[in-house]
Amino acid sequence: MLKMKNLSKVYRTHMIETHALRGFDIHVREGEFVAVSGPSGSGKTTFLNIAGLLEDFSAGDFHLDGIDVRGMDDAARSRLRNEKIGFIFQGFNLMPDLNLFDNVDVPLRYRKFDAAERKRRIDAALGRVGLSSRMKHYPSELSGGQQQRVAIARALAGSPRLLLADEPTGNLDSLMARGVMELLEEIHSQGTTIIMVSHDPELAARAQRNVHIVDGQVTDFDEEPRFDAPAANTPSPVAAPPQIA
Amino acid sequence: MFRYNLWLAAVSLKRNPVLTALMIAAIGLGIGMSMTSFTVLSTMSGNPLAHKNELVRRVQLDNWGAEQPFREPNEPPELMSYRDVTNLLEKGEAQYKAASFPNVLPLEPAQRELTPYMIQVLFATGDFFPVFEPPMRYGQGWGKAEDRDATRVVVVGHETNEKVFGGENSVGRKLRIGGEDYAVVGVLGPWNPQPKVHHVSNGAFGGVEEVFVPFAIGIEKELQSSSNNSCWSEGDDDDATGYRGWLESDCVWLDLTVQLKDQEQVAAYRRFLDDYVREEKKAGRFPRELNNRLYSVSEWLSAQKVVSRDARTQVWLAFAFLLVCLLNTVGLLLAKFLGKSSEIGLRRAVGASKPQLFAQFLTESAVVGVVGGVLGLALSLLGLLALRTLYAGTSQEELAHMDWNLVLVTMGVALVASLLAGLYPTWRACQVQPATQLKTQ
Repeated sequence: MLKMKNLSKVYRTHMIETHALRGFDIHVREGEFVAVSGPSGSGKTTFLNIAGLLEDFSAGDFHLDGIDVRGMDDAARSRLRNEKIGFIFQGFNLMPDLNLFDNVDVPLRYRKFDAAERKRRIDAALGRVGLSSRMKHYPSELSGGQQQRVAIARALAGSPRLLLADEPTGNLDSLMARGVMELLEEIHSQGTTIIMVSHDPELAARAQRNVHIVDGQVTDFDEEPRFDAPAANTPSPVAAPPQIA
Repeated sequence: MFRYNLWLAAVSLKRNPVLTALMIAAIGLGIGMSMTSFTVLSTMSGNPLAHKNELVRRVQLDNWGAEQPFREPNEPPELMSYRDVTNLLEKGEAQYKAASFPNVLPLEPAQRELTPYMIQVLFATGDFFPVFEPPMRYGQGWGKAEDRDATRVVVVGHETNEKVFGGENSVGRKLRIGGEDYAVVGVLGPWNPQPKVHHVSNGAFGGVEEVFVPFAIGIEKELQSSSNNSCWSEGDDDDATGYRGWLESDCVWLDLTVQLKDQEQVAAYRRFLDDYVREEKKAGRFPRELNNRLYSVSEWLSAQKVVSRDARTQVWLAFAFLLVCLLNTVGLLLAKFLGKSSEIGLRRAVGASKPQLFAQFLTESAVVGVVGGVLGLALSLLGLLALRTLYAGTSQEELAHMDWNLVLVTMGVALVASLLAGLYPTWRACQVQPATQLKTQ
């Protein structure tokens, strides 16, 4: 699903060069649930941004779902991101002016689905996170846990192959965090590949595999999953994931 | 996607009504002020004879005294003497020759309920109508025979025909002017050329004459112009030698405009004028150097400074004000758009490309522009109304009318202006790094 080989990312200012990632190797298989941990500034978020095609890398190889993303232009990266990747952020990143329906609709608008298809997907995604009845509510009317569920529904609505979660429970209390984690596990059990950055060892332990990053390099890599990943093409209740070209 | 962007613009603009109102007010004020002054200027700069600008020529001969020019620097008089006009009406090849002067005569309506009133009369040769092309609703002008015989015929203006004849086809009826009956031969439709090309020396704007009669009648009645009569030598004073003396003097008071067939005839007519003046010089007239003019309509209006420098300056100032308003809008949009960094980051993350975001934010600028344009239009109309009230009863009043083509121009200017104002903030917004914004929220 995701393969990085000898990847590096260098931030340059006129004074200094910072190596956020160096000689970075990782291979995440289809349907895996990988937890990424490491100290602050180790390069976890940089890895997630590059994996989500939000940032370019300086050198190395990166294949996403079999596609070489090196040198891809902005439009192609945007399209790939839209079709294959779902994001979940620590701060939820919902739009306060839009109700839940319209928030979940955002990625679908760039997918050029017709109105009926968008509605079907939004209904299904909000139903899956248990918020169907609150479609017309605004984010400010929801608890943190519910907001994160909306963010998950938004990430799921486009039926992504890969879900990238950056500290998804970081802003939640333990009860809400548990609920969100259970939801992620359920999504994973239905076949979606998940890469989750988390500081919390308890949550990380619930993933299939743990990857530890220090100073921009993978230091501890369980090559073998701790338990079996489900079959890659298990149908999701939202929609079947798109086939790779 | 355009509808979605429009909807997003509305949501965004509703979110911060004060900021939105400020932006719309800035664009509206700028547009309102610039379009008000631009309307006045464009009316001033109009050319009712643009379609034959090069062929219609204003005749000017420098018959002024040797000591000083009619106007510095060495400008010939804008009007002509009777002597030269009659000579030029007889000689020289031109398609049409329109000589005229205005005066005021009492009009006595046939209806008893209407009291007699004074009316602006233009004494003109029959060629006036083909040269200046007033819209003839009924009948026609008159010909050479009526000019020669001073036949009592009249072409009636639209308003007078409405007032005296109830708007009917009054051709063949009698109109009593200055104690004499005139046969109506033509009736004009509404006609208000701005500027009034045929006579600018007493103000180029304002209403045109309402009654037109043959030139020769004015001479027969021993009339002068009710507008400008200028003489340069004491010996030419009309009191000294009576009306005959006035006609033979070098005093200038008549408008003469000719229409020529083509550029060849224009050149030939120019040569003819020079030859004419040289000939007159032999008879002791025209003490100044050869200084004839044969201006086209646009040259004539420009030489007469129909568009005042003040009006131009005012338009520049108004557009400078618009620029200031736009810069303000740029600042406000920049603040607004950069305040949406997290939204931009998120949209990028879920798959919006830069052009898609560009379109979204530019649509928001355009909505501000269109609403600002409507406000600007309302302010322009209000501004013109204020000008009309301020200049009520003067010739300036005529300038303050909105040309409906300008409505389109106003909206176009508002749209372009707001898009320009939105360009930089939009570009800046699209440069937002999604990764940093998503983490910082």
